[in-house]
Amino acid sequence: MTLDEAGDGWAVLSMPWDARLVGDPATGVIAGGAVSVLMDTASGAAVMSHPEAAGITATLDLRIDYMRPATPGQRLRARAECHHVTRTVAFVRATTFDDGEKPVAMSTGTFTVVREMTP
Amino acid sequence: MTPEPVQVVKQRRDAALAALVAGVPYIGFLGIRFDRRGDELTAILPYQDMLIGNPMLPALHGGVTAAFLEVASIVELAWQIQWRDVEAGGAPLPELPKTIGITVDYLRSGLPRDAYARARVNRSGRRYASVHVEAWQDNRTRLFAQATGHFLMPEGG
Repeated sequence: MTLDEAGDGWAVLSMPWDARLVGDPATGVIAGGAVSVLMDTASGAAVMSHPEAAGITATLDLRIDYMRPATPGQRLRARAECHHVTRTVAFVRATTFDDGEKPVAMSTGTFTVVREMTP
Repeated sequence: MTPEPVQVVKQRRDAALAALVAGVPYIGFLGIRFDRRGDELTAILPYQDMLIGNPMLPALHGGVTAAFLEVASIVELAWQIQWRDVEAGGAPLPELPKTIGITVDYLRSGLPRDAYARARVNRSGRRYASVHVEAWQDNRTRLFAQATGHFLMPEGG
């Protein structure tokens, strides 16, 4: 899994297809769980790259919708964005694509925000 | 007719479960195992350093926790089909249910030690199934995560 890009409150992470990550041996499709790991990590990275959040976060909840199976052999890219940040909570959406035009999966999550202690 | 010896029954059920679990590479990748009491399954995620998301705390990765709960749900659903088939005399490996969506609540941070999960099928229809799954570590009553997922059942399941 690699961090490809990141900016203020957003991040793009990707991972290659790998036989060890397959969830359904009949089709070679990557396990939903592996896609969850990618999106949770991307969402966490988006929070950590937010200017108002210190570099630490934890997932409070995460809802994931799997829209279609990821095409075997293709790299998966997840783009996550903090669409709202309060003093204590970040609201983050993420979308995962393979080489196709339509998304593979989408997630909505909330993450803890730890503000930098003022001296 | 004399009942079958207990070892024969046990061996058959354990073999069916082992075949189901061994068929999924991702289960082996995370190192998840399943404990069986009759038809009841408990998923076990043995601790490994690679499962840590935040080395500063350290805490289990949120994505890994989600993956663990999802695996526990899918295996529970497939096992219910498998169990019915095994008890009926045949034991073809069932096609696996597909995840439509799952919502995970993180109740406490996952500690760097083994985790357990048990899934309960709340509804299993011809097409869709709804599953609730709970995960804990040291104390069964102190859950560190829970999830509700919806799954697409295999044709003819």
